[in-house]
Parts: sequence; structure tokens; C-alpha cells
Amino acid sequence: MVFKRLDGRKLDEMRPITAKVGIIPNADGSAMFTFGKTVAIAAVYGPRMLHPQHMQSPQQAILRVNYDLLSFSVSDRKRPGPSRRSQEISKVTEWSLSPALDLKEFPNTVIDVQIYILQADASTRVAGINAASMALAQAGIPMRNLVCSVAIGKMDKELVVDVDKDEEDFEEGEGATDIPLAKLANTDHYTLLQLDGKIQPSLIPKALLLADKACVQIYEIQKKALKEVVTE
Amino acid sequence: MSSMGLSSLTYNTLLRMFAEGKRFDGRKLIEQRDFTVEYNVSNKAEGSARVRMGNTEVVVGVKLDVAAPYPDSLDKGNLMVSGDLLPLASPRFESGPPRFPAIELPRLIDRMVRESHIIDLKKLVIVEGEKVWTVMIDIYPINDDGALIDAASIGTIAALLETYIPKLNEGGRVNHDAKPTEKLPLEKDLIPLTFTFYKLGDSLIIDPTREEEEACDGKIVWGLSTSKGKDHVIHSCQKGLESSMTREDIEQMMQHLPKVYDDTLKKLKKFLK
Amino acid sequence: MEKFEKSQEEYEDFGSEPQSRIIVVPGEVVFSGEDFLPGEGARREGNDIVASRYGLAEKIGRVVKIIPFSGAFIPRRNNVVIGRVSDIVHSGWIVDIDYASNGFLPLMESPRFVNKGEMDQFLAIGDVVAAKIWSVSPKSIDLAMKGKGLGKLEGGFIFRVNPSRVPRIIGREGSMINLIKENTGCNITIGQNGWIWVKGNDLDSELRARKSIEFIAEKVLVSGLTEKMEGWFTKNK
Repeated sequence: MVFKRLDGRKLDEMRPITAKVGIIPNADGSAMFTFGKTVAIAAVYGPRMLHPQHMQSPQQAILRVNYDLLSFSVSDRKRPGPSRRSQEISKVTEWSLSPALDLKEFPNTVIDVQIYILQADASTRVAGINAASMALAQAGIPMRNLVCSVAIGKMDKELVVDVDKDEEDFEEGEGATDIPLAKLANTDHYTLLQLDGKIQPSLIPKALLLADKACVQIYEIQKKALKEVVTE
Repeated sequence: MSSMGLSSLTYNTLLRMFAEGKRFDGRKLIEQRDFTVEYNVSNKAEGSARVRMGNTEVVVGVKLDVAAPYPDSLDKGNLMVSGDLLPLASPRFESGPPRFPAIELPRLIDRMVRESHIIDLKKLVIVEGEKVWTVMIDIYPINDDGALIDAASIGTIAALLETYIPKLNEGGRVNHDAKPTEKLPLEKDLIPLTFTFYKLGDSLIIDPTREEEEACDGKIVWGLSTSKGKDHVIHSCQKGLESSMTREDIEQMMQHLPKVYDDTLKKLKKFLK
Repeated sequence: MEKFEKSQEEYEDFGSEPQSRIIVVPGEVVFSGEDFLPGEGARREGNDIVASRYGLAEKIGRVVKIIPFSGAFIPRRNNVVIGRVSDIVHSGWIVDIDYASNGFLPLMESPRFVNKGEMDQFLAIGDVVAAKIWSVSPKSIDLAMKGKGLGKLEGGFIFRVNPSRVPRIIGREGSMINLIKENTGCNITIGQNGWIWVKGNDLDSELRARKSIEFIAEKVLVSGLTEKMEGWFTKNK
């Protein structure tokens, strides 16, 4: 019996993706990235002066990421202000992006990355990472690679690509497992790996391969968005 | 993007320009930029709108939930206006506890909405004394190129006009899966808006760009609407910043306000459904 | 294997063969082959020359470099910058040059003798200066103000463009900026940090100069820009 996803997608099919660069004129770099109904926007300011001085590093730029949901992005209004969840996501996002950046070029400065979710339908942190990656490139930060990110899921026994909210809430059989991943494009280097659920170790390499394939497509979309904005 | 502070050069240039009735983008001193309004910023909001006025962009979302009424208004629903100046929108906005401009903006919009009575809070009672609807408006600038308050007022009204009341399930909680059919009950033909006059030297302007706004040292925000589409009524007012306003300034604003309101209302109506 | 797209876009002619320029993103392979050498903004990975910046890849001879579309201003000795005096200390003036660290103008750099009590009469907080970078160190950029076109700026106005657009606004051997000066009659000083000062005989010509510069700054990938601007000035009298 072939497993059917709730919205009819194939197991390895992502939701429709849109990507646009340069949406916030004040920012040094900015971008929007959507996975279906999940909409993330990111703005980069920097490298710029960092206050207070004692937070500066003489060896490299500090990368500071702030991720949060807008109050009306979720069904139950989220009260303004950073939650524990958003603080954790901010930190893992910072770790997912820093391997891509040549931070040593800008000692004593800060690069601020602001990520906000306008509309949440699961996979918010990975959408945010995809947007931030394009925004960092547009800001002219020297980068080894773009960072591509996607959430691999497991619904009962099947691995699926790009988890939406209904799938996140799936409860039959072995329930839902959520595996957000990010990697440096075109490499074997994974910069974000989180997991919630129930999964045999033997399935992890397969999850990575599914993410690899999805990230190849995401990279092409990010590249196209960056190239389009200058040729308009 | 630059966060270089205001220079005396720019201050003097703008002083000179405004005295000659000139602005960098060719507008008159009392002329608002054209704007656009879009809806459905978030499908999770009961109503939402995005306003773009020049390079200024503001999103506003309205959410409704069931709550207990306030003890001193058991026969009324609740209204709450919040927001934040997201660091995303400007090199000048910082993360952390809100500074005064971030506190002021939602409060100004709150007073405009509340004092105009566009929402009849008495119509938001579910069980008197026990359960009422709370209307929660959240305002977020996405790019600050000046005049955030006025752009926010346009976005707030547009969002409210397209806000639907959620259906309740048997337990009396909001049922997010059922498609709402009833709109938020609003006073008909009443569209409150804010207009902020900024002062530099002896000149008054409205709808400054960020560059102009940073140079101004006086401001007054007015909330107004038209009663039954005819007489203009002021609902709220707050003077801000360090400079004083003269009697002449205030009288001039009273001359300008009706026309400025009418022009904006005409442009806004094109985006109302 | 050469991998570049012959796209329909025109490329600004900086002096190398136009067909050797393509838009690249970080991590993208620009050219493959042992023969090529990575220049600024590019690196070698195995057999490939790979971009480390978002911009235009340019091949001059064997060297492949990336001209970035955007990015923070990198201060270099002899750069002219425009900044705002943000503080006065006993040894000189602190100047905000819109960079991660401040510029510093030592007391002795003032063109005439200024004693310590009168420092703010020469340069006060909020004043704008055009200065040259004398030296760059990790925490401070030392400035000098002796030279033509340098010093306190008065009249006119200042505005900012993305620093990476400054070369286009200057043009090859100053061709573009001279065109703007001729067509507006304005005095224009361009800071490598993206700040530009314009002063003309009247506000209208100053506004035209600003508008033309902002127009150029937006056009990232257009060739024959000088001719196009000549047309722009005819249309925008």
C-alpha cells in the first residue's frame, strides 16, 4: 500500500516555494522564502559597530541571529517578546549559518541577522535559514557557500520531505518525527541537525539523502532569486 | 544601511528647503506619498493588511480570542493594540526591551481606534459578565522610511474592515478549522486615520521620509474621522518631541487636516472591498 | 569545461572583454581548469575556481575575480571619505564614517592652528567633513584633511549610496562624475564610504545631481551607462 500524504504530495515532493531578494530597502541584505504557506523574511545589517565594546571579538565578526514569530503568524496569538523556543531557534540558526561565512574578515564588528515568520505552517526555522542565507549573500558578506535547509519528516514509517503543520501533528502508527536539516550547498557539511520523534538509526542516512536532493532544488531557487534581483 | 547621525549640514539644508516649500522627492510640504494596501498577510490572523507608502512598509494583524471581560466593563469586549519596532526594519531599531517610540506607536493607534468607537465593544459580548471577544491588533513595521504611525493607521483600519469573527466549538473555544462567515461588527462609514505633522524650524510637513523625520524636532499626531461621511471629528491627539508648537502652528494644522484626511480617504477607498 | 551563461544582459564595460562576465553567488563554480588563478572574491577548490562573493565574475587573462554587487566599505589608505563629527576629545575629533569603527582626526591635522579650547569652533559635533584616510588599524581609522576638496563641508547636502556603487558613479577615469558635474554645474565630492556631497548654484540643480546619482546607483548591470546618462540629462532638464 502506498503511503498517501495528507495534501496529496509525493513522499519527496516539497510544497511550492517562492524566494525573493531585496524586500527591505533599509537592510544591507534581505530576502523572503516560503515553503507553501510558511512565510519567512530575513534582514541582514552589518558588518557594523558592536556595542558594548566588551562583546567585540578581536578575531572575527560576531554573528547575532534573532528569530521570532509575529504575533498573528500562528493560530493562537503569540505574545510579543522572545520565547524560550525562539531563543533556541535563534541560536541553532546562528550555528547553521556561521560555517558558511568568513567572519574573520571583519574583527570587532557584528553581523545582525533578523528573521521573522509572517505565517507559520511548520518548517519555520528552515524557511528562515533559507531566507537568511540569501540575505547574507545580498549583503555582500564573503561566504563559502549558500546554506540550504529543509525539514525531513517521518510519518508512521515513511520518510517525507518538507513537513507541513498537519504532518507535524500526525499521530497514527509511529506518529510524526521532525528532522530539520541545513547544509552548505553542494557539500557534505550539515550545519543544522535536530530531531523530535521516533526513528531507527538506520533511517538517518536515508533522511540525509532526501535532504540532499531537496537542497539541490532549494539552491537553484536561491541562486535564481539572487540573480533575478540585479537583472530586473 | 547607514545609521550615521543627523548632521548640521542636513539639518540646515532641510530647514532651507522646507522654508522654500521644497522636498527631496518633489512633494509639497503637506502632501502624503501614494500608498498601496494588500490583504492576507497571514492566513492565521482573523484580519491582516500590508501598507506600502513610498519605501515605508507596515504589516498589521488582527486576532480574536475568547476571554473574560475586564472587571470595570463586564458588558464589553476587550481591545488591545500592541506592536514593536522590529530591528528588521531599520538600522536604528534594536533588539531588547522596547524604547519609547515602540511603546508610543501602538498606544497612539489604540486611542485612535478606541476613541472613534469604530468597534462597538458592546457587540462583542458572548456571555455577559463571563465571556467576551478580545480584539488584539498587532502592528509591525517591515521597513522604516518615515511616517510609521500614519502608515500603521491605514493598515489597522484596512485590517479591521476585513476581520472575521471566528466560529466557536461546543466548548466555547475558538475553532480554528471552521471557516468564519461573520465580519467584525464595525460602525458603518467610519474610517479613523492618524495624521502626524512634523515641525522643522517654522515649517510643518506631513509624511516625512526617514531622512526628513530624523531632522524634525516637533510633532503632533492627530486621530480623526468623518461623522456620517460629512463633518470631520478629531478623536485623539498627542504632541511629541522637544520643540513647542505655536498657536499659529496648531491653527494651520486645523486648516490642513480636513483636506489631508479627505485625500487619504479617497486613496484608501480604492483598496477597500 | 567553461561554465558560464551567455545571457542577454549588458555588462558595464570596466575595460575587460564583456563576454567574460557572469553573475555568481557564493559557492558557485565560475571556471574549471588548472590554468586559472583565483583573484579577489574567488578561491580554488580542487579543479574549480569558486566564487566567495555575490557579484560579477570577471576574467582578465588567467585571473578570475568577483566584483561584488554590495558589501561593507573597506577603508584603505588614501580613500576619500565623508563623515560626521561625533565627538571631540583632547587630541582631536572622532568622525563617524559609517563604518564599524570610527575615524579619528588628530588635532594637528587641522589646516591652521587651533588651540584645545577652541576645537569646537573649528569643527563642532554634527559638522560634516571630507577627509582622506591616512592609516587603517584594527580599532581606528586615522584621517587627514590637508588637500584639495578636503575639509569642513558647508552648504549643499549629503546623501548615501551603497559603497560598492561608487566606482560606477565615478566612471572610467571620472567620465561619469564629470558628466554629472557638467550637466548640473554642481560641486560634487564622492566618499568611498558611499556618502556624497553636492553643492550647486541652486537647489534644483543640486536635486538633479542627487537624482542622477541615485539613478546610476540603481543600475547594477547596464553597459553604455555614460551614453544613457547623457540621454537622461537631456530628458530631465
